[in-house]
Amino acid sequence: MEHQVAAIYRAHSRRVLATLIRLLGDFDLAEEALHDAFAAAAVQWPRQGVPANPRAWLISAGRFKAIDRLRRRARSDAAMSELAREIEAEGNGTGMDEDHDIEDDRLRLIFTCCHPALTPDAQVALTLRELCGLATEEIARTFLTGAPTVAQRIVRAKAKIRDARMPYEVPSLDELPGRLETVLHVIYLVFNEGYAASSGTSVTRGDLSAEAIRLARLLVELQPEPEAIGLLALLLLHESRRAARSSHDGDLILLADQDRSLWNRAQIVEGAALVEQALRSRRFGSYTLQAAIAAVHAEAADAAATDWRQIVGLYDALLRIEPSPVVALNRAAAVAMRDGPAAGLALIDAILRGGELADYQPAHAARAELCRRLGRNVEARAAYERALALTQQEPERRFLLRRMAELPADAGHPGGAVVI
Amino acid sequence: MKYLCLIYFEETAMDALSENDRQTLVREANAYEAELKASGQMISSSPLQRVATATTIRVRNGKLSTTDGPFAETKEQLGGFILIEAKDLNEAIRIAANSPLARYCSIEVRPLPLPKPGEALRCS
Repeated sequence: MEHQVAAIYRAHSRRVLATLIRLLGDFDLAEEALHDAFAAAAVQWPRQGVPANPRAWLISAGRFKAIDRLRRRARSDAAMSELAREIEAEGNGTGMDEDHDIEDDRLRLIFTCCHPALTPDAQVALTLRELCGLATEEIARTFLTGAPTVAQRIVRAKAKIRDARMPYEVPSLDELPGRLETVLHVIYLVFNEGYAASSGTSVTRGDLSAEAIRLARLLVELQPEPEAIGLLALLLLHESRRAARSSHDGDLILLADQDRSLWNRAQIVEGAALVEQALRSRRFGSYTLQAAIAAVHAEAADAAATDWRQIVGLYDALLRIEPSPVVALNRAAAVAMRDGPAAGLALIDAILRGGELADYQPAHAARAELCRRLGRNVEARAAYERALALTQQEPERRFLLRRMAELPADAGHPGGAVVI
Repeated sequence: MKYLCLIYFEETAMDALSENDRQTLVREANAYEAELKASGQMISSSPLQRVATATTIRVRNGKLSTTDGPFAETKEQLGGFILIEAKDLNEAIRIAANSPLARYCSIEVRPLPLPKPGEALRCS
């Protein structure tokens, strides 16, 4: 039975929480109520059996427990008793058990956690805490910060939601595109943090990527907008390469050198189908285009068979939607594959002259690769060293050192200092 | 719930507007404020004189200090305010964003104290 309650907790706790926040109008009160409801279930269910609709039981129990708590607090704060009365009155009228309303509650929770009036850090922390149910310590561990920092972010975010009176609602249709963008960005940040840890010794932190995919699935299920579908596709296609991305020693392996038999076929098939679906809508954006690029890679039998013409075309489209130097850099790398390293290098040098990517490690790593392929070894070494100076991640550092060591010896110079 | 919308802009950028653009902006802003007044969402509003007219005072240890200009030197200056009544932050953001001033200015949306505790986050 204990086992059964734990399974129900995993399956329902986030849904129950989302609805309790609506009914109680307060995150902290709802969390306490959720805890109380499951504590009550752990006592009652073994004696009386699991109710037919455990979710409705938990929501109802949580609501009554919260009213009790408010009444107890009312002894010191009169406003609490009025609040308890209001919650009681509201709950009796509305259809609390309607599944439709309860599904909407999860969307309300997503849009509230990812409200653009919160900082991106707070959006991510709140999303992982409230929607994924991660403990503060777990969030702190995955982001390599202290638990007090994360706790403070969450407390501040909840205080702003309460004090500025952020409503618990799904945005109206005319506001949806802008608000959805923030939600997609939060999910993307969570995934990226799991996919390429920005610092530290491990290349991937799978748990966060799995949470991001779960969130993207939930969003697609609740609000199947083309870009949400595109984002889910992108995450699945990236995730499909996880096993091939690093060696047993934790070393980074480039796309071209990966063992494609290690790619997850089921994720590729699902991702590619979602890309098609998003593209057909003709209302797609940058996530869908990035997913389409990932799908072209995923569908090539080996690196040599990659359709670079199509990839450059997709980057052209992406650059029109999102004219950023990072997109231009990726396009330049694709052009290098289609037209040769000299053509790619000319584009990268032009981008670097723009100045915005002067301290962007991948730009220098890409320049180094192309110089190496052109036999311009002195320039290649200088670019590798520039990239090395900009990297904080251990596997990336080892990768660059390995590449640099592979350069012909005549390009070396004593002391390692770059003098060009 | 009341929100104070603080309107910030660069005075020099505002000065650079053509006479035609300025008149259009003033006309549109007045029309929008009239609209808010009619819907009962406007409590009070006013433009402010140039920041050059500002004086900051503080009293420390019983001693008054008076200095020229605003408390903080920033690129944008406080140029006006609108005090509005909105049911929640999203409505306040909507009201501020629909103002013609939002195209030229930054608008800080600040809630006044809650009428009573536990009033936040009611479902709408």
